[in-house]
Amino acid sequence: MAIKKTRKIRVEALARVEGEGAMHVDVRAGQVTNVRLEIYEPPRFFEAFLQGRDYLEPPDITARICGICPVAYQMSAAHAIERAIGVTVDGQLRALRRLLYCGEWIESHTLHVYMLHAPDFLGYEDAIALAKDAPEIVGRGLALKKLGNEIVSVVGGREIHPINVRIGGFYKAPGLQQIRELGEKLKRARDWALETVAWVSTFDFPDFERDCEFVSLRHETEYPLCEGRIVSSKGMDIHVDEYRDTFEEEHVRHSNALHSIIKGRGAYFVGPQARYSLNYDRLPDVARDAATAAGLGPVCRNPFQSIIVRAVETVFACDEAIRIAEAYEPPDPPALTCEPRAGVGCAATEAPRGLLYHRYAIDAEGRIENAVIIPPTSQNQKSIEEDLRDFAQMSLHLNDSDLQWKCEQAIRNYDPCISCATHFLKLTVDRQ
Amino acid sequence: MKKKDTAPRKPRLAVFKFASCDGCQLSLLDCEDELLAVAGAVDIANFLEASRAVVRGPYDVTLVEGSITTAHDAERIQEVRAQTKFLVTIGACATSGGIQALRNFKDVKEFTRVVYARPDYISTLDTSTPIAAHVKVDYELRGCPVSKAQLLELLASLLQGRRPNIRPHSVCLECKRRGIVCVMVAHGTPCLGPVTHDGCAALCPSFDRGCFGCFGPKESPNTASMAATWTALGQTPITITRAFRTYNAGAEAFRKESEAHGD
Repeated sequence: MAIKKTRKIRVEALARVEGEGAMHVDVRAGQVTNVRLEIYEPPRFFEAFLQGRDYLEPPDITARICGICPVAYQMSAAHAIERAIGVTVDGQLRALRRLLYCGEWIESHTLHVYMLHAPDFLGYEDAIALAKDAPEIVGRGLALKKLGNEIVSVVGGREIHPINVRIGGFYKAPGLQQIRELGEKLKRARDWALETVAWVSTFDFPDFERDCEFVSLRHETEYPLCEGRIVSSKGMDIHVDEYRDTFEEEHVRHSNALHSIIKGRGAYFVGPQARYSLNYDRLPDVARDAATAAGLGPVCRNPFQSIIVRAVETVFACDEAIRIAEAYEPPDPPALTCEPRAGVGCAATEAPRGLLYHRYAIDAEGRIENAVIIPPTSQNQKSIEEDLRDFAQMSLHLNDSDLQWKCEQAIRNYDPCISCATHFLKLTVDRQ
Repeated sequence: MKKKDTAPRKPRLAVFKFASCDGCQLSLLDCEDELLAVAGAVDIANFLEASRAVVRGPYDVTLVEGSITTAHDAERIQEVRAQTKFLVTIGACATSGGIQALRNFKDVKEFTRVVYARPDYISTLDTSTPIAAHVKVDYELRGCPVSKAQLLELLASLLQGRRPNIRPHSVCLECKRRGIVCVMVAHGTPCLGPVTHDGCAALCPSFDRGCFGCFGPKESPNTASMAATWTALGQTPITITRAFRTYNAGAEAFRKESEAHGD
């Protein structure tokens, strides 16, 4: 219990997240009375300046929303616009897109597991300090991350803001030899990913579960990346066209990111844990076996264990990438012919941090009339606040500095990307 | 950095972020083979994306990502400058205002209404401006995102106390150097390579795609001639305006050329 009656914990900057924001926790007489996630990352107005741009531009432009997951933006943008103009990318082109996405999952998840999240569990300020004591472990993480980036470079041209994705496919198809060689290297990556699952499963996890509504894509046969219906743990099962009938966004005063809720129900939760829990049966055996060995069941409700889930999804992404690389034949031509036509198209894909929804209305000349983009972190904002409220309440016995670190860790469970949602960094716990 | 004779203290490196996507600072974490060596050569004193350990300034080298879009950030960059010996802007946002500088051509109140239900909750400036519009900048690294090779070269040069070997020439020259067939001459593909600063090693042309200018203008670019060539290839004024108005829309040469073809 609090040592003093009134005390204030203030963190000027919440680290190891992508972006800028603040978090306030108010404690009055031993009760957490208010939790507020303030996103003060400056607004950048992507949806506004997309108006009047050409329909071929969003994959490049929206990639700039996030340097950590540009491929996710490219995939959601491309699929949404292709639906508007009536084009379906299939066969090897579709496989190549999945391969590119796997690269981003490996890179993004490994960055989070090794560099942003693991230091919390092990009591280090950062991965560089961890590397001094465990160089071989951090070295493995960097090597794994590098191979994820290598996929993105080979298929997309470069790691950050790839240049090879276009509406209808790619500018240039990678050569057969390049992809086969990549597939060979990825076999090592899969082993490293398996070692990662085993490593993170040894961490201490607080006994903390929350019964929130998971939302993710679900595909008929695959672990979801670019396609599927939107399903939830409370029975939702909708087509992406019904997204806006089902979800709504609220604008709250303390955030430059809009809050998403399910109409009539409230907060929900997207991301690796939601995907895993709703698509456990779609994981390849190698990933499911690793999860079982790490002590995970078919549903994971402890947000602190999201680090294990990210590692399991990394095993899946490596395994899927190997499968695609082994079956690869360079698509010719590398893109389908696309012509503008008036219409509306929306799509949701699974960004590393969860469901990413794009919707575009374009006119007959291909000019964008309006655009809607709903990133995963803005969908999770309300869940992050609710998590923090419950977790802070059960952790009030900790001293100020430990409580502050634990609350930061609880936020990092979500791998929040505030560049996407617009960003956070200050954490204040005000106890009275 | 000036070396000291006896047991030199490691140079103190800080990374600060303004309006941006985080991609340029991520470039440092993406240097998987070099990251631990860099971390060994410098004292990473403030790098929030990577560490919760924060050492107060002054800093020997500060990398600044992002543009200035709020009154608060306009004050914050002054504080960052005051604590910094050598300030480097990394990427298109910090050096030219970034894609968010597209607001400079429009009414930002209208933009706010498009995105936010309650525009009165949003506090933002009318423009997105580069860091150099606010404080003295010692070196600018271009690119959306920056090139990892250029970033490492810059850090190495600072550690060794020499000038960075970063070429100011165009993407066009890089195609010649690499023996990439000209996409504009051979295929009639519109390309900004002749007016764009190198740093990508002619990445887009190597993928059969025209350069779209993500490293911004090279020194003394002939953008008018570039636009005339695009017109000859059948590109419309609006396409030319859009081409100059992307990630470096606020860079002087690109801004002017974009305005020469109407809105």
